[in-house]
Amino acid sequence: MTVKRQNGRAFALSFRLAWRNIWRQKRRTWLTALAMIFSNVLLVFMISLQFGSYEMMINNTLGLLSGQVQVQRAGYLEEQKMRQVVDNVDELASNIRKRFPEASVAARASAFVLVSSAERSFATQVMGVEPAHEPGVSSIPGLVAQGRYLIAPDAAEIVIGRVMARNLKVIVGDELTFLGSGRDSSIAAGVVRVVGIFDSGSQDLDRSLAELPLGYFQDIFMMHDGGHTIALAFDKLSAVPEVIEPLSVVIGEQNDLVVLDWEALVPGLKQAIQADMTSAWFMYGVLIILVAFSVLNTQLMSVLERTREFGVIMALGIKPRRLALLVLLETFLMAALGFLIGVLLGSLVTGYFSQVGFAYPGMDEMAAKFNMSALMYPAMDPFSLMLGPSVVFVFCLFAAIYPTLKLYGLRPVEAMRAV
Amino acid sequence: MSAVICTDLCKYYQQGDAVIKGLDHVSLEIEQGAFICLSGPSGSGKTTLLNAIGGLDSLDSGEISIDGERVDLLGKSALADLRLKRIGFVFQAYNLIPVLSALENVEFVMLVQGVSAVERKQRSYNILREVGLEGMEDRRPDQLSGGQQQRVAVARAIVSQPRLVLADEPTANLDSQSMEKLMTLFCELNRMHKITFLIASHDQRVIAWAGRSIGMEDGRVIRDEVQQVC
Ligand SMILES: Nc1ncnc2c1ncn2[C@@H]1O[C@H](COP(=O)(O)OP(=O)(O)OP(=O)(O)O)[C@@H](O)[C@H]1O
Ligand SMILES: [Mg+2]
Repeated sequence: MTVKRQNGRAFALSFRLAWRNIWRQKRRTWLTALAMIFSNVLLVFMISLQFGSYEMMINNTLGLLSGQVQVQRAGYLEEQKMRQVVDNVDELASNIRKRFPEASVAARASAFVLVSSAERSFATQVMGVEPAHEPGVSSIPGLVAQGRYLIAPDAAEIVIGRVMARNLKVIVGDELTFLGSGRDSSIAAGVVRVVGIFDSGSQDLDRSLAELPLGYFQDIFMMHDGGHTIALAFDKLSAVPEVIEPLSVVIGEQNDLVVLDWEALVPGLKQAIQADMTSAWFMYGVLIILVAFSVLNTQLMSVLERTREFGVIMALGIKPRRLALLVLLETFLMAALGFLIGVLLGSLVTGYFSQVGFAYPGMDEMAAKFNMSALMYPAMDPFSLMLGPSVVFVFCLFAAIYPTLKLYGLRPVEAMRAV
Repeated sequence: MSAVICTDLCKYYQQGDAVIKGLDHVSLEIEQGAFICLSGPSGSGKTTLLNAIGGLDSLDSGEISIDGERVDLLGKSALADLRLKRIGFVFQAYNLIPVLSALENVEFVMLVQGVSAVERKQRSYNILREVGLEGMEDRRPDQLSGGQQQRVAVARAIVSQPRLVLADEPTANLDSQSMEKLMTLFCELNRMHKITFLIASHDQRVIAWAGRSIGMEDGRVIRDEVQQVC
């Protein structure tokens, strides 16, 4: 008989022994398991909700304007100079569209101008957009509250934000004039009709962004066929890392173009999420340590009350290592019980709320302010379901180390005399 | 060769101001295949001696050899191996594993020794039948009487046919008939497999079965005689 098979058999008996042992104190085992189950359910739900809210935060932020990936001239993100142009932007955009049929792709150009109504003038950013493609990467076209969004690719029309409309004292149908400088530093000026007013929920955007058709923009600002950025949006954020490389290949020929992902485009977003995660993990950490201590207590008691029995087993010639393994196995079984039931219940609870949505008390107000849905949807994926319970599991096994060490100090004769 | 040689064993317990002599200069030589009864009043040091020979307890002085090997010099782990492979223990308080059935208690040591499943089962059933526990294999210790538990403990000690059996009051809870049966079994194992038996007991009936009777008092050997048996 091979050593391996012997070990296998001995393990089977250890397993049976461990299983029966944990049920010697039914109530205590269930109480410990319940602590694990409770914290696991809580962790599964909280972590899924947390990831869900990050996803929502990212989607809302990126979906408003920036998109998930942009192609632009190197340095444009920092300086935004008129001269940092993507040549042949329409053609490049349609090449990208062909290469990534699943993505929404929109070319843009942008300039800073002085915009004037009959009564007032303000400095603002105007963006040339492709009316047919812009709705795929930005939610602003869908947030037009009065009038309509742009339709024709080169009409002299403009869509402005709610705050800007108020500041300029204009309504849909009024005319605006703007004055800026073109790509060649010549004076660029035009007269456009306000066809729509959007309400993005962001005061900043509503005050300082206006959109024109890209063709018209290119004419006025002497861009020829150039633009400044191409914005891309995919169904899933997780698609982004995989497209960077092939996207670079598509734009390869043009000099000095770069591909920027959302972390580069909106650097504050990831940091905000990380800061939130840190504070959340601190809370979870406290919960997990409490559970680990309850396991430590249970296993310590269970080892101490079996001193006599362990003494006998050692007197028969069984080494402490095997007993330590037994106690670890008992902890493993108990932790597995807490893990399985916890993940199961946690998944049910999380699954329910991922369907109907979950609202924090008082969240409606906040949500309205930030243009977010009042309901949060937990993200149900294996990672968010398993993460918390796995850490609890590992910590519980660690908590059993101290009780098992007690076994190594046991002396059979004294142990057998113990009550 | 001698199975066990004890030379000048001393074990003292400090009890307040008094010193209790568990073992007081005990020297003893046991032949392989001997069948010995260790008797003496309560507190005379029988258990202490058995524990010392089995490497369960440390000594204050003296030397113990088993099969020519100095066991008082062995480390914990080597002592554990010695007990597992060469010694069968029956403890005074029979000390079964409460969550295992009678059969599993008997199997347990063989399993750690690496005996195959089929052989293990067969030997366990046989030995339980021989100690008169047929049909009780699946009962847990709390479902057995004191005498029955004691016989399970005996079965556990002898099932893997160790070279040496150290039995501490193995018959204390048994009626005459069960006692006779158990002693017959011991005798058989002793004759057929040359297993050395060292049995602590103050039961005159048990003493009568032994080929050699050793008497103890206050931690000393006061009598050691060969006698006619069976
Ligand atoms: N751990 C201990 N601490 C103090 N004294 C002890 C200890 N163990 C044994 N003794 C003492 O050593 C002496 C011998 O004890 P031992 O258990 O060997 O007696 P015994 O012959 O087996 O008695 P019995 O027939 O009652 O089982 C006794 O006086 C006992 O009180
Ligand atoms: Mg005794």
